[in-house]
Amino acid sequence: MAGKEKKGVRLDHISKIYNDPKTGKQFYAVNDVSLEIEPGSFVTLLGPSGCGKTTTLRMIAGFESPDAGEIYLGDTAINALTPNKRDTAMVFQSYALFPHYNVYDNVAYGLKLRKVPKKEMDERIAKILELVELTGMESRMTNQLSGGQQQRVALARAMVVEPSVLLFDEPLSNLDAKLRVSMRTEIRRIQQTLGITAVYVTHDQAEAMAISDQIIIMNKGVIAQMGTPEEIYHHPNSEFVADFIGEVNFLTGEVVQAGEPCTVRIAGHDVAVGNAAGFSAGQACKVVLRPEAGILADEGALPCKVVLSCFMGAYQNYHVMVGDTLVKLADYCPVGRKVYQVGDTAFLSFREGCVSML
Amino acid sequence: MPVKTRQSAALERKKFFADPVMVTTIFSLIILLALFILYPLAMLLTDSVHVRETQLIPLEQILSGEAEVKYLDGGKSLKVVGPRNVETVIPLEDLSASYGYLYVKNGRAIRDGDTINPATAHVKVNSSYWTIDAFFRIFNDYTFRNAFSNTLVLGFITSFGAVVIGLLFAYVDCYVKVRSRVVKKMFDVVSTLPVVSPPFVLSLSMILLFGRGGLITRELLKIYDSNVYGLSGIAIVQILTFFPVCYMMLKGLLKNIDPSMEEAARNMGASRWKVFTTVTLPLMLPGLGNAFLVTFIESVADFANPMMIGGSYDTLATTIYLRITGGSYDTTGAAAMAVVLLGITLVLFLVQKYYLEAKTAATLTGKASRARAPIEDRSVRIPLTTLCSIISAFVILMYIAIPFGALFKLWGRDYSLSLKWFQQLFRDDGFKAFTDSFVLSLIASPITALLSMIISYLVVKKKFRGKGFIEFVSMLAMAVPGTVLGVGFIRGFAGGVFRTGFLQGIYGTGIILVIVFVVRSLPVGTRSGISALRQIDKSIEESAYDLGAGSAKVFMSVTLPLIKDSFLSGLVTTFVRSITAISAIILLVTPRYLLITCRINEFAEKGAYGVACAYATILIAIVYASIVVMNFVIKHFGTSKYQRVKESD
Repeated sequence: MAGKEKKGVRLDHISKIYNDPKTGKQFYAVNDVSLEIEPGSFVTLLGPSGCGKTTTLRMIAGFESPDAGEIYLGDTAINALTPNKRDTAMVFQSYALFPHYNVYDNVAYGLKLRKVPKKEMDERIAKILELVELTGMESRMTNQLSGGQQQRVALARAMVVEPSVLLFDEPLSNLDAKLRVSMRTEIRRIQQTLGITAVYVTHDQAEAMAISDQIIIMNKGVIAQMGTPEEIYHHPNSEFVADFIGEVNFLTGEVVQAGEPCTVRIAGHDVAVGNAAGFSAGQACKVVLRPEAGILADEGALPCKVVLSCFMGAYQNYHVMVGDTLVKLADYCPVGRKVYQVGDTAFLSFREGCVSML
Repeated sequence: MPVKTRQSAALERKKFFADPVMVTTIFSLIILLALFILYPLAMLLTDSVHVRETQLIPLEQILSGEAEVKYLDGGKSLKVVGPRNVETVIPLEDLSASYGYLYVKNGRAIRDGDTINPATAHVKVNSSYWTIDAFFRIFNDYTFRNAFSNTLVLGFITSFGAVVIGLLFAYVDCYVKVRSRVVKKMFDVVSTLPVVSPPFVLSLSMILLFGRGGLITRELLKIYDSNVYGLSGIAIVQILTFFPVCYMMLKGLLKNIDPSMEEAARNMGASRWKVFTTVTLPLMLPGLGNAFLVTFIESVADFANPMMIGGSYDTLATTIYLRITGGSYDTTGAAAMAVVLLGITLVLFLVQKYYLEAKTAATLTGKASRARAPIEDRSVRIPLTTLCSIISAFVILMYIAIPFGALFKLWGRDYSLSLKWFQQLFRDDGFKAFTDSFVLSLIASPITALLSMIISYLVVKKKFRGKGFIEFVSMLAMAVPGTVLGVGFIRGFAGGVFRTGFLQGIYGTGIILVIVFVVRSLPVGTRSGISALRQIDKSIEESAYDLGAGSAKVFMSVTLPLIKDSFLSGLVTTFVRSITAISAIILLVTPRYLLITCRINEFAEKGAYGVACAYATILIAIVYASIVVMNFVIKHFGTSKYQRVKESD
């Protein structure tokens, strides 16, 4: 990618309206989304199905036209450009390889359209196939390849044209679980090697965490939260985000004393909670507790009753009742610590810095 | 949710016009479809309700007051109120031909300086007006009323028979264990025959086998006054011609019925018959209706069989033909009849396409979860298979009769073999007939195949205004009976487009025949193209588009190779349909071109069955050969080399 200027993507108040095919009513598939993707960064659009993430991606590619707002590639407004005139390349969920071409011709397709000389074309294809570890497979037809190999051909075909932005539309969802894990590392490695800007759509939160510089969580057409994987996991800004990423428990309570840490009354007991800026005394609140952030001990502030205890290998899984709320806990590496049994009473405390409040 | 601005429409428009090749293609397509499908039908409609008349009124009559006359402007001009209250104002000084009237003297227009004698001069009044008189006239016409009811009666009998036999075959094929290989093979043959068969072959063999000199009736059964001409003859022939289509349609449906539903019914104690009447049949009902209507349209539109074996049983299609060719030249009447015939098929087509097809899809969605255990019960198996075998054997026998009709010295008298009919055929102008038919069909077939692939691509993969129009009009041709199209072309092009003389040059030439071939085959090709394209994941084309290819490039490098099979079969189907076509063509063909089908019709009408059979035999051979070639090409160069990519949800 030598010499090619990296470009970012900017969405400026983008909306897309669809007609509901059943009711005929209009609804916003994407509602006033603004975001900026830094050149060379890997950004994931994450959300449940129907949240507008694929629509957003397809608008960047040019397959859909926004109903409001403007999309910029670098500094250029690209709203009116057709997909073939945009400097983007997309990797599709179904790979979308040309079944009547072999691997070489599939990868060469975009280069031929750009009238790249034969010699340079051969070099670039050889290089990209080496990168995706498919050297020697040039003359295979696509139906002679495994799912992972097909995915890598699709990746090579998109990357070989050296687009300003690579777009991924759930590229791994047709692969089996193990392959998915190794392919996502692969995609990340190649993207880093080439330093290309990438926008990645997925509904798999683990995949998003593993692969991205930035995660954008979408819900019902709007951006719910934007941030690094760590920020999103540890400091979700809404119940939706907290619930969508990882396992979570919500403990309802009331702020007794504001401050850092502040005191929250949960089920009649006062507990100290960190990360509580902006809360004032008397305010109702929810403590966001990840399963691994709760510790059970024989004494503490918050008594609870164990209703399920089961060994999962990597951790001991507990369900405990705090007042009327069921809380799921995971005690990792339980070896050498006390294992509570169903019916035991224990005390719940929070691991420092791992709990936040909504 | 109120939405203020929607810029996407404007953006889509911009993107659309950024692709000049596609814009031009769509534009040309719309013009072609409008000109060669909609326009002739519109002219037909206009003709049946619009009358142009020219009346010559003796000036003397006007002056003597027989026509109602008013002097205007102090005697400088005349207002003549002629028959049908057509008003004309005639300025007496102005003798030039301007306001739609002329003074006529000795049959020519009066020029400046002529002196006119009121005793001999006429006023020529051109009038044109709209009326539905023609419809009243034909509905009072016994011939038409008779043809109308004949057509409907025939349609009902044929569709009913074809659906019942089609259902029988489909049921046996899907539900009953057929042990014999021969019987299975026979099913295959019978189901492909309607594709191979020129339209009137069965009529021809019906006459040969069961007519007055029929091999079976006369020689075997010693019946000397057998009469196959008439309703029963046409009905039998049409049922045998159309039931394979029903069979194929219903087979597709039966395959989609999940066997566990029937097993559940059996399990709760229902007998096989009970299962059939309470589960299978109700599920099939919309599909049966669909098959019924498709056959009905075919039967009503059929021209060749009623023509050949109808005798005095005239249907609408044949009546229209006779009105036009029979010397009466009642064009308005023929146009009105054509409109009625078109009305029947169009209504049925709309019901079938927009109501029943959707309903069929709704009742039978998804695939059967697993294979059905075939019925082995002898009490079911033996009677059903026997019945099917008898029908198959009968159909095959009828086809075998054709080559023998050509080989026997004189059917009915001398059953010794000879090649004299073939010799006569080639001594005659048979060779020219084959070249003409062959060349014209060969020209039509790549045009149709390419056009239908382009239309399917646009319809399935693109979004644009006018898409509905393109899809509807190219499918509409399916509902238009050939005879109606033929009359429409005569009315629309004999005097040029809108009688302006534009494109008049194509009338009476081979070009118009090729156009008719294309129009007649377009729906078939388009339908197959559409269903092939729906199988292809749209992201394959999107990825090509995304990598920088324009629409034309995407179509040529990705779409067309992926639907190559459909394209190839479109080529052959068009060729076969064209070379066997008769209904529209017979109205448009001029002596410059000899077509096989028209020749067969001529010879059969004359009773020269030997030559007719010789023509038909060679025609069947050509058609069969082209299908064999197609299958070979598809097998070795088709898309089966690489797996079809199925649509991912």
